Amino acid sequence: MSDKIIELKSVNKWFGDFQVLKDVNLEVGLKQKIVVCGPSGSGKSTLIRCINRLEEHQQGQIFVDGIELTQATKDIEKIRAEVGMVFQQFNLFPHLSVVDNCALAPIWVKKMSKKEAEELALQQLETVHISDQARKFPGQLSGGQQQRAAIARALCMKPKIMLFDEPTSALDPEMIKEVLDVMVELAKGGMTMIVVTHEMGFAKEVADQMIFMDEGMIVEKASTKEFFANPKNERTKLFLSQIL
Amino acid sequence: MININKIYQWSRTNLFSNWYNSLLSLIIVFAFIKFIPPLLNWLFFDATFRGSSKAECYGDGACWIFIKVWFQKLIYGLYPENQVWRINLAFLILIFSVITSIFVKPTIRRYIIIFLIFVFPFLAIWLIGGFAIDIESLEIYIPILEEVDTRVWGGLSLTFIIAIFAMLFCFPIGIILALGRRSELPAIKYSSIVFIEFWRGVPLITVLFMASVMFPLFLPGDTNVDKLMRCVIGITLFEAAYMAEVVRGGLQALPRGQYDAAKSLGMGYWQMNALIILPQALKIVIPGIANTFIALFKDTPLILVVGLLEFLGMIKLAGANPDWLGFAVEGYVFAATVYWIFCFSMSRYSQRLEIRFSTERK
Ligand SMILES: Nc1ncnc2c1ncn2[C@@H]1O[C@H](COP(=O)(O)OP(=O)(O)OP(=O)(O)O)[C@@H](O)[C@H]1O
Ligand SMILES: [Mg+2]
Repeated sequence: MSDKIIELKSVNKWFGDFQVLKDVNLEVGLKQKIVVCGPSGSGKSTLIRCINRLEEHQQGQIFVDGIELTQATKDIEKIRAEVGMVFQQFNLFPHLSVVDNCALAPIWVKKMSKKEAEELALQQLETVHISDQARKFPGQLSGGQQQRAAIARALCMKPKIMLFDEPTSALDPEMIKEVLDVMVELAKGGMTMIVVTHEMGFAKEVADQMIFMDEGMIVEKASTKEFFANPKNERTKLFLSQIL
Repeated sequence: MININKIYQWSRTNLFSNWYNSLLSLIIVFAFIKFIPPLLNWLFFDATFRGSSKAECYGDGACWIFIKVWFQKLIYGLYPENQVWRINLAFLILIFSVITSIFVKPTIRRYIIIFLIFVFPFLAIWLIGGFAIDIESLEIYIPILEEVDTRVWGGLSLTFIIAIFAMLFCFPIGIILALGRRSELPAIKYSSIVFIEFWRGVPLITVLFMASVMFPLFLPGDTNVDKLMRCVIGITLFEAAYMAEVVRGGLQALPRGQYDAAKSLGMGYWQMNALIILPQALKIVIPGIANTFIALFKDTPLILVVGLLEFLGMIKLAGANPDWLGFAVEGYVFAATVYWIFCFSMSRYSQRLEIRFSTERK
């Protein structure tokens, strides 16, 4: 691949005595799209939360855009600002209108002027097709609209990488598509993405690489074609047979 | 037109739906008939309003002349009468700014609020306490406003001075303590816990005694911190500990996702708390904050124990005056009414805030 933007070298992480990540190695190139899947509790969320240091790892190294994440990393906020994240539960700020949700971080973190930030916010809301909802509060939107607003909020920081943690699994079936469509557009626009999802249709459409995790380990890592046509590991086969 | 049939139907379903409901309704109605008229008689119909001395009170009703005669003292304490305009001016400025803030644009309102929080308290203290430029070495002495010792401050105005200052300072201190208690840094976390648990564990009376009697013992001989100020500091820290626990309740009610989202957007600790966490947490605990403020307001009479006389203290003093013995009931009823009016207003105001800040789907 071209330039590496994320690199994990034998990362290990424990919650107390319980080891969640076991010797995880991963390289993500610029503009690459990686889909992570695996059974519940296998450590997928933990893995991507480590990438913007919402969780700390205890062993191994994580590099984001060439900077290693350690206890001593001073400007962790700077790195986080470059890594957008979308959560299963949307996590919009309920006390702010949708446009303020989007403009807040550009204003305070990037020190953008209020007017400029609001223009940017409206523009990003347009790309996720909800600019007509800009003045509403999150509680007044449907789940699908909320998740698209959350994507727009992350995009307003102009991140180099986007992390998605099961972005559609809290949604009703009829809303899943509208969110996935936005993500496909984003992928086609050239964004670097790591997506935890069980939407295999989406994976087949956009992913360059598939990762299957089980019990904290990356069990299988393969190109998308290879992964679906010809999975090597028994656990991957079992998993795929269950969800496809 | 009153619809008798409707009233009948309503009372059938709401008051007399079964035998114990009917019994309860009858007892309540009986209690009203038995107690309300005598109370009204005492308060108004048999009461004396006109006159200027005890001798003019007649009948079985209340003697409101007592309140009338002592009114000035109940409001201003022993503050020199010819200087009372300074207290009035201070409170007029306060009322004026609060009322204008309701009617102006939000941008201007912001300045008024900044004025009220950062300028007004000190302006008011200067107005009420007086101030003189006194540079001994240069033998310059310019009396700008005659100095009025805090020992003669008193009455309802003192109640407000104490309450406003204590509220103003206990709120931010409480927030800092609440954040401190949840800090990941052990030093900050444990010092917050010790502070909160210490102040919550001692009765306010003890705090005031300590502030007035013990505290000076720890100071070098010639430093003299005003007694009223020591008491206000004591009350502030005491209430701040309660405030901290109220705010912590709000912080705990927020899901972790809010922190995750704020961090993932690159916000630092202070930005995250000021922009995301506190606005939501404080909104949740508006009833608790109002509760603490109301309790604080009603705690102010305790400064009696160190010889400061706010509103209730002045009423007690007036009731103990040899010329006016036997009017304690009128005094306490009046005091209760005044406290109730202010506490109820605070309660209503907090309910209005709750409604204004609610952004949930209705
Ligand atoms: N804060 C935490 N403290 C202790 N254990 C945790 C914590 N967060 C996660 N775990 C445990 O770590 C394991 C991996 O969790 P993780 O959320 O990464 O799984 P996941 O693959 O995302 O699962 P799911 O598909 O259900 O979201 C689970 O067994 C979980 O119980
Ligand atoms: Mg998960």
